[in-house]
Amino acid sequence: MADIGKLVRLLKELEEDLASCTRCGMCQAVCPLYGQTGRETDVARGKLVLVENLSREILDDPQAVKKRLDRCLLCGSCAAACPGGVPVLEVFLKARAVITGYLGLSPVKRAIFRGFLSNPDRLDNLLKWMGRLQGPFTRSANKILGTSCARFMSPVIGDRHFMPIAAAAWHTKASRGFSGPRQDGRIRVVFYPGCLADKILPRLADAAMEVFAFHDVDVFVADKAPCCGIPALSSGDVKTFSTLVKKNLNIWQPLDFDYLVTPCATCTSTIVKLWPAMEDYLWDKSRKTKEQVRKIAAKTMDISAFFVDILGVEALPDAGPETVTYHDPCHLKKSLGVEKQPRSLLGAAGTCRLIEMKNADQCCGMGGSFNLEHYELSEKIGAKKRDAILATGADTIATGCPACMLQITDLLSHAKSRVTVQHPIEIYARSLREKQKEKPK
Amino acid sequence: MMNKNLVRQFEKIAGAGNVMGEEADRHAYAYDSAVLDSVVPALVVRPDTIEQLGRIVALCNENGTPLTVRGSGTNLSGGTIPTGTDAVVVVTNGLARILEINPQDLYAVVEPGVITAQFAAAAAEQGLFYPPDPGSQAVSTLGGNVAENAGGLRGLKYGVTKDYVMGMEFFDVNGEIVKSGSRTVKCATGFNLSDLMVGSEGLLGVFARIILKLIPPPKASRAMTAVFASVEQASEAVAAIIADRIVPCTLEFLDNFTIRTVEDFRHAGLPVDAEALLLIEVDGHPAEVSEDAEKIQEICRKNGAVQVRAAKNEAEKELIWQARRDALPALARLKPTTVLEDATVPRSRIPDMVKKIKEIGRIYNLDIGTFGHAGDGNLHPTILTDRRDHKEFARVEKAIDDIFDAALAMGGTLSGEHGIGLAKRKYMEKETSKGTILYSRKLKQTFDPKNILNPGKMIGD
Repeated sequence: MADIGKLVRLLKELEEDLASCTRCGMCQAVCPLYGQTGRETDVARGKLVLVENLSREILDDPQAVKKRLDRCLLCGSCAAACPGGVPVLEVFLKARAVITGYLGLSPVKRAIFRGFLSNPDRLDNLLKWMGRLQGPFTRSANKILGTSCARFMSPVIGDRHFMPIAAAAWHTKASRGFSGPRQDGRIRVVFYPGCLADKILPRLADAAMEVFAFHDVDVFVADKAPCCGIPALSSGDVKTFSTLVKKNLNIWQPLDFDYLVTPCATCTSTIVKLWPAMEDYLWDKSRKTKEQVRKIAAKTMDISAFFVDILGVEALPDAGPETVTYHDPCHLKKSLGVEKQPRSLLGAAGTCRLIEMKNADQCCGMGGSFNLEHYELSEKIGAKKRDAILATGADTIATGCPACMLQITDLLSHAKSRVTVQHPIEIYARSLREKQKEKPK
Repeated sequence: MMNKNLVRQFEKIAGAGNVMGEEADRHAYAYDSAVLDSVVPALVVRPDTIEQLGRIVALCNENGTPLTVRGSGTNLSGGTIPTGTDAVVVVTNGLARILEINPQDLYAVVEPGVITAQFAAAAAEQGLFYPPDPGSQAVSTLGGNVAENAGGLRGLKYGVTKDYVMGMEFFDVNGEIVKSGSRTVKCATGFNLSDLMVGSEGLLGVFARIILKLIPPPKASRAMTAVFASVEQASEAVAAIIADRIVPCTLEFLDNFTIRTVEDFRHAGLPVDAEALLLIEVDGHPAEVSEDAEKIQEICRKNGAVQVRAAKNEAEKELIWQARRDALPALARLKPTTVLEDATVPRSRIPDMVKKIKEIGRIYNLDIGTFGHAGDGNLHPTILTDRRDHKEFARVEKAIDDIFDAALAMGGTLSGEHGIGLAKRKYMEKETSKGTILYSRKLKQTFDPKNILNPGKMIGD
């Protein structure tokens, strides 16, 4: 699409949502990026104005608008705080899709999204090789956190302290079908690890499986784990996004299950909120497909919410000697309103006392590809989170999102911290393990 | 777009990273929160230091370049919309240092870009209280509050921004520092220029540092609600409370339309049949608070309140104020465009004004929700419309004319707390006089002979 008329026409479809911004500017109070830069083009109000002006042909520079639109963590803090209820994230993602459709994807993104992300097998293979080869190029950075950093100057890795890629994608070893036909009263769950748990933090997916087993949940793990599509969608590549939604639907559609559970805040909010929001951008616009997407969205749950809300796991009256602080992932609290459940799950472990950090729901600065493209800003935003975590003096920082975990790990590793980073499900799983040990056989 | 040579000079002063000349960046500084047309400036400069700010002002003056100072751009009367496409917008949110909070002498010194709520929180950390709380306090800057003489919910008892400005330093058009006022309670040195600067809407100088008064916080507070079957009764209750020598710190009013809208939005159990809801809070010494709270409830009942309730704890108090905070967001969700006015009348005329606003809504076939500060007569008739509907918007403009005429006829004022800016300048003479406009223009001409400081606002050219 290189037709500016079409660009304008497609952006006009966002008119109602754009018009609902009253320019009150309250988004300035919550935007982590604006908090750093103070620039109006970094906050939702400014970005909405740019998209609107582009759609009204007052501004005719799609490239310039895209550049500013892409400087966003997609954390949704603005949407959650918007007095007028503007669906900011949806508008941004749709605008990114329309403008990217007009300008085209960058060659690098095209190669990554179309070449690998949309082909889960090929991606698994690539990562397997990277997992094997990463040794000579990296060295250990922080033993407690298990991070590595680049051994040599690397333009891609930069100064990041990262978790190494797993030797093999978790699902290739863990895939399993339901135990048999549906049994009365036994909940059937499709467990979707999400790319980060699958490929970088498999210990988290293992922990989830232990907890499912303890609570006698019948679990299905697919032998393929296509991405939920958010990296492609946030880059405006709706074609890859659509392919990935389809691949996932093809796996899940034939199954008879009650819930789709993920340990990833971003995957959960993508499936629950963005899949239905982007239904007009999918491969087929039939009512049947839309209904399938909505049904899956309605069954999808965050793992802490699943155990607390569905299985009734409750916090224990006594806490253990350890201390933990909890970071609210934006995509859990602001997108889905999930804030109590992960804390309850931590309480249910009975091994640690929760110390709330200051501004627990302030974004950690990760923002997915934002971290890749704007590492310095991401670090600055993260510095506040790091300080808030360290100020609690807690032994562990828990958070319900693998992406936040990676960012926080990087921040703490640089600070030479001894605080460990865990998912609530890991802490709960460990407590179950310890209780099993204590039980006389 | 500005000529390159001049842009380079701005870059020399503020650093290239703080000067925004690209079209897309300039488009993001063409508006504020007022429902008015955008004007894209020629350049945007965001200084890091007060020294840079002074040099920017001087450079604008040398070149006769109009200059609009902008904090967070939440102005509701168009005060921060650039005057013309040749204008420079100077953003002050990079000048956000709290320079001093002095608990012994009860004052603070701030740069103009400090956010109101953050300042109030910093003062609270030191056990002090900064009362002005405009609706936009979470994002508004203190410089903007002073330039507009912003008010808020606590106006009745604690006053507005002007009551907390002890002094300031500001730049004249030549970038020279002008000092007025002091860190002392008493100060009879020189012209009282800082009072002149309060509410001057960026027309007379550019703030560099502001000295603000702080007070000890009240030790206790109590919130309550009273439901009335008529606005008259509610208003009589308000008058009776004041007549009984009780000054609540907050005395807010919601009309039936607003009550229904908020209830639809939050489902908090508001009385949807009520014609008026009063939200009242008293604060002070614990003994005084409990006595006043009792009296107020009694007065409300005597004046026909159908239901009176006092919050029993913090959570209940929070619920009461949530309803007030929900008023604007809930109304704003009904239609794309929200025109929020702040016509103010003597408090005894509130029933007449509410009746009049209702009538105006009927005449022009518009949805108007009215809420606001019953204690000080500062109402917020909020017109819900869609700016893209030109026919309806023409009726909105007529309705606004009528609302202002009505407020003035009742001895009120055009603006309680939003300022005049572009939106209300055409009514200025109606409230004041031709002489006032001429006098103000002469004053501006003296301070700003090239007419570069936010030209065209408030008093026209």
